[in-house]
Amino acid sequence: MMRFLRSAFVIARRDFSATVLSKAFIFFLLGPLFPLLMGGVFGGIGARVASQAEHPVVAVIGPQAEFDRLSAARDQLADAIGDDGAIRLVNYAPGPDLAAQEKELLASRDPPVRAVLSGGLDRPRVKGALASDPGATGQLRLLIASARSGSAQVKPDLPVTNVAVSSGSLAKDRALTAQIGQALLFFLTLLLSGMLLSQLIEEKSNKIIEVIAAAIPIDAMFVGKLFAMLAASVVGIIVWISAGALLIQLVKHGGVQTLPQPAVGWPTFLALVILYFAMNYLLLGAAFLTIGAQATTVREVQTMSMPVTFAQVIIFGFASTVIGHPNSTQALAAALFPLSSPLAMLARAAEEPALWPHLLALLWQALWVALILRLGAQLFRKTVLKSGPRRPWWKLSRT
Amino acid sequence: MLRQASSGTLAVEAIDLVKEFGETRAVDGVSLAVPTGSIFGLLGPNGAGKTTTLRILLGIIDPSSGRRLVLGRDRPLEAAPEIGYLPEERGLYPAMHARDAIAFLGALRGIPLAEGRRRADALLSEHGLGDWARKPIRTLSKGMAQIVQLLGTIIHKPRLIVLDEPFAGLDAINQARLEELIRREARAGVTVIFSTHVIAHAERLCEEIAIIAKGKVAFDGRVDEARSRLRPVVRLRTRSSDGPWRSAIPPGARREGGEYVFELPEGGPEPLLKALIDGGAGIETLAIERPGLHDAFVAIAGNKAASEMGEEKPQ
Repeated sequence: MMRFLRSAFVIARRDFSATVLSKAFIFFLLGPLFPLLMGGVFGGIGARVASQAEHPVVAVIGPQAEFDRLSAARDQLADAIGDDGAIRLVNYAPGPDLAAQEKELLASRDPPVRAVLSGGLDRPRVKGALASDPGATGQLRLLIASARSGSAQVKPDLPVTNVAVSSGSLAKDRALTAQIGQALLFFLTLLLSGMLLSQLIEEKSNKIIEVIAAAIPIDAMFVGKLFAMLAASVVGIIVWISAGALLIQLVKHGGVQTLPQPAVGWPTFLALVILYFAMNYLLLGAAFLTIGAQATTVREVQTMSMPVTFAQVIIFGFASTVIGHPNSTQALAAALFPLSSPLAMLARAAEEPALWPHLLALLWQALWVALILRLGAQLFRKTVLKSGPRRPWWKLSRT
Repeated sequence: MLRQASSGTLAVEAIDLVKEFGETRAVDGVSLAVPTGSIFGLLGPNGAGKTTTLRILLGIIDPSSGRRLVLGRDRPLEAAPEIGYLPEERGLYPAMHARDAIAFLGALRGIPLAEGRRRADALLSEHGLGDWARKPIRTLSKGMAQIVQLLGTIIHKPRLIVLDEPFAGLDAINQARLEELIRREARAGVTVIFSTHVIAHAERLCEEIAIIAKGKVAFDGRVDEARSRLRPVVRLRTRSSDGPWRSAIPPGARREGGEYVFELPEGGPEPLLKALIDGGAGIETLAIERPGLHDAFVAIAGNKAASEMGEEKPQ
């Protein structure tokens, strides 16, 4: 067994160095950061545009005193639904020709007036493009009613006692955490699957596979390659998670502390993210390595990528159905099916506090990793090296 | 009957090896016995089954039937740290530096990386490639890369070296160097098995050979034994064109450029000489030549196999 592990280490060390020390690895690290950065930039621009487009400016033609009452009512509304959600009001003194003034204001670009409110609080009327925005009309009615009654000037005393969470918010938050966790695992594995498919192309194309196969067991080569890629991807994950946390810290008020708390707590959850990522990666990786080992050219690998990606999407879809139902039969099935097990169990970690199921799941997944690797190595020997197995399949170490 | 390798007499033994790829039988009942410390040549034309036999012996593939015993083990990979292997299709990682490539091959055979690098530096310097130690393999010429791989084959000081067509792709100087390296390893007690389709290399280097044709062993034994299967050849030129001496010439003799060429009769050279002198042949030249390995190969494997062997073409 020691020789097996040492052989796997030799392959892993070579592959890890060749991957991490290559120029391409920089692009691999930067790759996922670009969409994140672009998403942030365009999201910000889009939000600003949307804020201008969706919250119309209403020009109020009337005396200052009435406008002040409307403005106080508007502040109260903004307190309730947020400033972005409330319509904006701008006051204009009445001109000699109301119709002309209304026309002029509706044509104004600065500010971009959507409607004009005139007639005072007693006989208000609105002219503008509000047909597609019944919410804005509703807000105006509310503001006028509030301004008329004068209630906007009085803020009733309302003592509030805060609790950290309620059952309603907890379930929703944890489901969100489960969703984010699964999506993270899925995308990371998706990113790496292409690399795994092409892992043996180099050895096969430069013929060094003969020397390796004559020196160490094929199983050791598979294990070495898989763990080398796992180590390289962990380097990537550390970089990406750090970048993601930094981005959240910068753009989200309160930073990462405001993210929904998983059921097992953040430290355990993060540890499980790493463990389940490793298992998800090893399970799918062992399968992909086996499939990819059959390919002899990059073109063949590219052809294989499509069905492999579809298979991943289906597995992800299956695992995501268990979110919100961690104790359902479906959740149990997803946890038992080896390829969806890590995703399903990570969702469980977000929603259920018990830890023992994770221990069982990790052992179960590790068993399947060993089985797939063993079968993969045998398939490789049979189809690529053109050799049949002579030893029983359950004997892992072939020295 | 399986001879016991544990006695120390045999480094490799194969008994009735068969390998089938679908309908094709690439190796058909091959049995070999390679004495420890010998230089053993596997001769045969391309496609004869030499490489498949070597791959079976090394444990890269398993036989469909038959047994193999390598350095006393029936699972060759167990003996891998004591075996060096240079495959027919050479290959190294193009981005690796020469010393790292050699150290990597050593690491596969159990040598720690640091020790492997130290040995690689020494070997590269010894073979005049010291300046290339820290250059990527992709910048080396094909011949240099081949030498690097060869050094990687011996870096762990193996007891058994298996070389598949080792001379292919080497220029005349490097072929001579390789021959010397093989002899040196054999002098140190290492068993060397190499396959070749160039008879001259086998003739110069090997003590024992196996001739493989169409997946079967046509001959297995000492080179002398193979050559002694044929009778020596007599080349005779006489001043007299006819006379009683003609009765001493065997009926199957042929004429080549004014010479009689025939196999030495069973009685040996003395009765022949006596008959020629007494019969007034007037011997101008007389040569008795021992047959070469090529002639033995033709006799054993047939003309077709011999023509497929090709000539040595140094690059």
